[in-house]
Amino acid sequence: MSDLTRLSAADIAASVAAGEVSAVEVTEAHLERIAQVDAKVHAFLHVDTEGALHAARQVDVRRAAGGELGPLAGVPLAMKDVVVTKDLPTTAGSKILEGWRPPYDATITKRIKDAGVVMLGKTNMDEFAMGSSTENSAYGPSHNPWDLTRIPGGSSGGSSAAVAAYEAPLSIGTDTGGSIRQPAAVTGTVGFKPTYGNVSRYGLIAFSSSLDQAGPFARTVLDTALLYETIAGHDPRDSTSIPRPIAPAVSAARDGAGGDLSGVRIGVVRELGGEGYEAGVLASFDEALGTLKGLGADIVEVSCPHFEYALPAYYLIAPSECSSNLARFDAVRYGLRVGDDGERSLEDVMSLTREAGFGAEVKRRLMIGTYALSSGYYDAYYGQAQKVRTLIVRDFEAAFTQADVLVSPTSPFVAFEIGARAADPMAMYVNDLCTLPASLAGTPAISVPSGVADGLPVGLQIMAPALQDDRCFRVAAAFESATTPVLASIPEL
Amino acid sequence: MSEPRISRDDVAHLARLARLAVTDDELDLFAGQLDVILGAVARVGEVAAADIPPTTHAVPLSNVLRADEITPSLPREAVLAGAPSVEDEKFRVPRILAEEA
Amino acid sequence: MTTLTYEDVLAKYEPVIGLETHVELGTASKMFCGCSTTFGAEPNTQVCPVCLGLPGALPVANEKAIESTIRIGLALNCSIATWCRFARKNYFYPDMPKNFQTSQYDEPLCVEGYLDVDVEGTTYRVGIERVHLEEDTGKNTHVGTSGRIHGADYSLVDYNRAGIPLVEIVTKPVPGTGALAPEVARAYVTALRDILRTLGVSDVRMEQGSLRCDVNTSLNRPGEEWGTRTETKNVNSLRSVERAVRTEILRQAAVLDAGERVLQETRHFSETTGDTRPGRSKEEATDYRYFPEPDLVPVAPDPEWVESLHAGLPELPAARRRRLVDELGVSAEDMVHMGNAGVVDLVGATAAAGAPVGEARNWWLGYLAQKANEAEIDPAELAIRPEQVARLIALVADGSLSTALARQAVDGVLETGHDVDAVIAERGLQRVSDTGALEQAADDAIAANPDVAEKVRGGKIPAVGALVGAVMKATRGQADAAAVRTILLEKLGASE
Repeated sequence: MSDLTRLSAADIAASVAAGEVSAVEVTEAHLERIAQVDAKVHAFLHVDTEGALHAARQVDVRRAAGGELGPLAGVPLAMKDVVVTKDLPTTAGSKILEGWRPPYDATITKRIKDAGVVMLGKTNMDEFAMGSSTENSAYGPSHNPWDLTRIPGGSSGGSSAAVAAYEAPLSIGTDTGGSIRQPAAVTGTVGFKPTYGNVSRYGLIAFSSSLDQAGPFARTVLDTALLYETIAGHDPRDSTSIPRPIAPAVSAARDGAGGDLSGVRIGVVRELGGEGYEAGVLASFDEALGTLKGLGADIVEVSCPHFEYALPAYYLIAPSECSSNLARFDAVRYGLRVGDDGERSLEDVMSLTREAGFGAEVKRRLMIGTYALSSGYYDAYYGQAQKVRTLIVRDFEAAFTQADVLVSPTSPFVAFEIGARAADPMAMYVNDLCTLPASLAGTPAISVPSGVADGLPVGLQIMAPALQDDRCFRVAAAFESATTPVLASIPEL
Repeated sequence: MSEPRISRDDVAHLARLARLAVTDDELDLFAGQLDVILGAVARVGEVAAADIPPTTHAVPLSNVLRADEITPSLPREAVLAGAPSVEDEKFRVPRILAEEA
Repeated sequence: MTTLTYEDVLAKYEPVIGLETHVELGTASKMFCGCSTTFGAEPNTQVCPVCLGLPGALPVANEKAIESTIRIGLALNCSIATWCRFARKNYFYPDMPKNFQTSQYDEPLCVEGYLDVDVEGTTYRVGIERVHLEEDTGKNTHVGTSGRIHGADYSLVDYNRAGIPLVEIVTKPVPGTGALAPEVARAYVTALRDILRTLGVSDVRMEQGSLRCDVNTSLNRPGEEWGTRTETKNVNSLRSVERAVRTEILRQAAVLDAGERVLQETRHFSETTGDTRPGRSKEEATDYRYFPEPDLVPVAPDPEWVESLHAGLPELPAARRRRLVDELGVSAEDMVHMGNAGVVDLVGATAAAGAPVGEARNWWLGYLAQKANEAEIDPAELAIRPEQVARLIALVADGSLSTALARQAVDGVLETGHDVDAVIAERGLQRVSDTGALEQAADDAIAANPDVAEKVRGGKIPAVGALVGAVMKATRGQADAAAVRTILLEKLGASE
């Protein structure tokens, strides 16, 4: 194994900037690692060898010419396949988009390219980001590098697996109900969901527009902050993008790494724990609270009584919005077309195409959403869910008067075996119990590794008020500084 | 066991609305699954929220508008490149049954 | 089924009408993206990821379109929402790239207004229920022997029009118009079109589809509840608005008289036959599953901004008419007439160019209206400018042209696009004022028509008309008919 794949993004960038290693060498090392292990992990749906080497060469040329390099120039990155990339296959894990090469770049794609970050390829995911395991990918599941029989989380499971397997030091995921945080937790990586509106959604294939938010994966909190700052900030192409500068994340991470949390009030959410949570997860969480206390933090208990309704509210809002967002896949302008024999009507061809192009989970959600938005049911379902959302926002507001950040386990479970929950949709949905409240409230949350239970990683979720994303980084970096790196114990592939 | 919320016919109706040509087997499978899911999500109704305003956007913004300025369109080759069928520089689709809404 | 006359029908039933008008705004760019809105571009050249509905693309609302909608609302006496949202209207149709239309549902930008229209001396107040903003769809071409959707082999879609801002103006039901329902409907669309044109928010060209009407009609017996309404689509000219209402009144009356029920349905108007035919019924009731558009944020017009838009409205047609009644000294009735004919501004401009208002009115309601009617266009679309009409009126007044010659000059201007004086020169439209030539022509006419001449000499003065006609013909219309008449009567020793 090449040492280069074990470096942090910050170290790679520093080495490239100092001329100690070229971006091409770094990229080649990672491409080689992918060639070695991805047949087992299946983190990638598409590896763009040529494009990656081209981007790396450009960084080297710029450096040679004395040009300025950004803080992540020359660092390889794996991009979730839900993010649109010009001329590169973009499928969102679905058959319905197989072969589609978009004519434009997402805003975050553009920002990553502009920063000299080297995109290695596109990562596997649950189809249209619907799932918690990547088992819903039309192209087969990704495997957890900790144990290849287990899931790497989802929906951004390809992105978490790629980082945990040292195929890339950085990756991009998207989080609608926990799709960055839960995969980070079960792979021993760091994953951050920003405040809704801090990262542009332009070019993210929409699942649930009012919840979707892209964010970074990395193996360290600092790397996560560096990537977040690279992609975040106002975008006039996204009407829901917040038109002001983000709270600085990198300096918060550096601050926190000093390991001093004195005076910081950390709220433990009473409703996120206890029954239904695995013992190993709860034990790791208790240990984490001890660690935080040891760093000087005040631990307080807070109650968020409406969090128990987050799951039903989420599983109404997200399907409703996706039933509308996915209507555009109709066999007319792009993507799959099935059954066009010259005789069948457009209506039939459309229905056959969608039937063939979408997997079971997508179909279920399309029908749930169609039902929830129907005129007779709107008030009882979608309308009521939006009101519950307000109550969850209020719970957060009340809790944040008592605490600066809130903590919980990221997921009630460690990585489960592939196939174990596939037959029962509800059993899959409860993976998101802890991550859903922050999604519904649009507030930032980070998952950092808190330990290992039965040989599998456990994550700690740190939640902050809207726009105070920096608090997540500060507390996470302090916590990281006081714990043994979890990934150090990952078995060799 | 209460009456199921969702019958096989309901699934067929929803599938039509969602433009999914579901199979007979799927009708059975989905009827059972959707019934369980809808039963679970119906719990939102337990919350007394009559006087609570709905939240549609987590971060409140308003009046995000753009100036009325022309920006370049896509080259037509790029527009049509991904289409399943093209004729006379337009998207070709099978005969349409329904009239415009 | 017996055929009822329109009068029979109106003796038994009272119509209630309602109109939904769609107006494409004349913004430079589309509603939610920067693509151009220019009409007539090559197919699929004015599209981008947003208006093509590509995965990942997001809308951003056009400020000018919001502003135009508010101005329309203000001009229609509406209240302007202090906070409103866009909503998604979900249905599958291939001309709609996202398979939902971004529109407004229960929170339109403008509500509760009215527009007064005058028909045959009575003012009808048409209530405006709402004015909202949405996006237009692309255009389908149906390929096959029929050329229509029915029986087509396949269809082709061009998305250039998709995403052009579209304002929908919905009236409240209008009862109490009686037999004048068709005229009131037409007068409303005419008045609305004039307002939109005055505001400069749209080119309001019905033939290009930038103004489109759906007409709702129902019938009830006096004293009874309103009947079931039909919605007639595809009504694409002012004349058709009137015809469509009349057609539906007659059709529904025949249905009711036969003891049957009027079906609530969408019908399509045929410009060629003037008939309406039912749309194909949908297999199930449409449920658009509206919900607030999560990709857009609310629009909350600042009251000060709305006030400044209100203050900045141009003088609206109704006010202008009232002013012109005073300034031009035309009667109110005449003004209504001119309004319905769409010539108020033209008369005003012609008068402003120096013509007496009465002459201007006569020309625009007379010969010019006739030319417009022949060409099936609006008078404003005639290829002659008010200044040119004023010039002709001046030439008639100073005796340079006869009325007949002036009409020939109009024809010339319309045909060639040349200016009035150029046409007169090209076509030799000089009035014959040479008395010698006229006397010669008069002598010739008398010689050629001795019987007529004898009658005139015998006191049958009106018979001189035939001789005048002969002289005019001989001079190719270039003589002054009054002068010719005087000369002929003198020569024949007769007097009036």
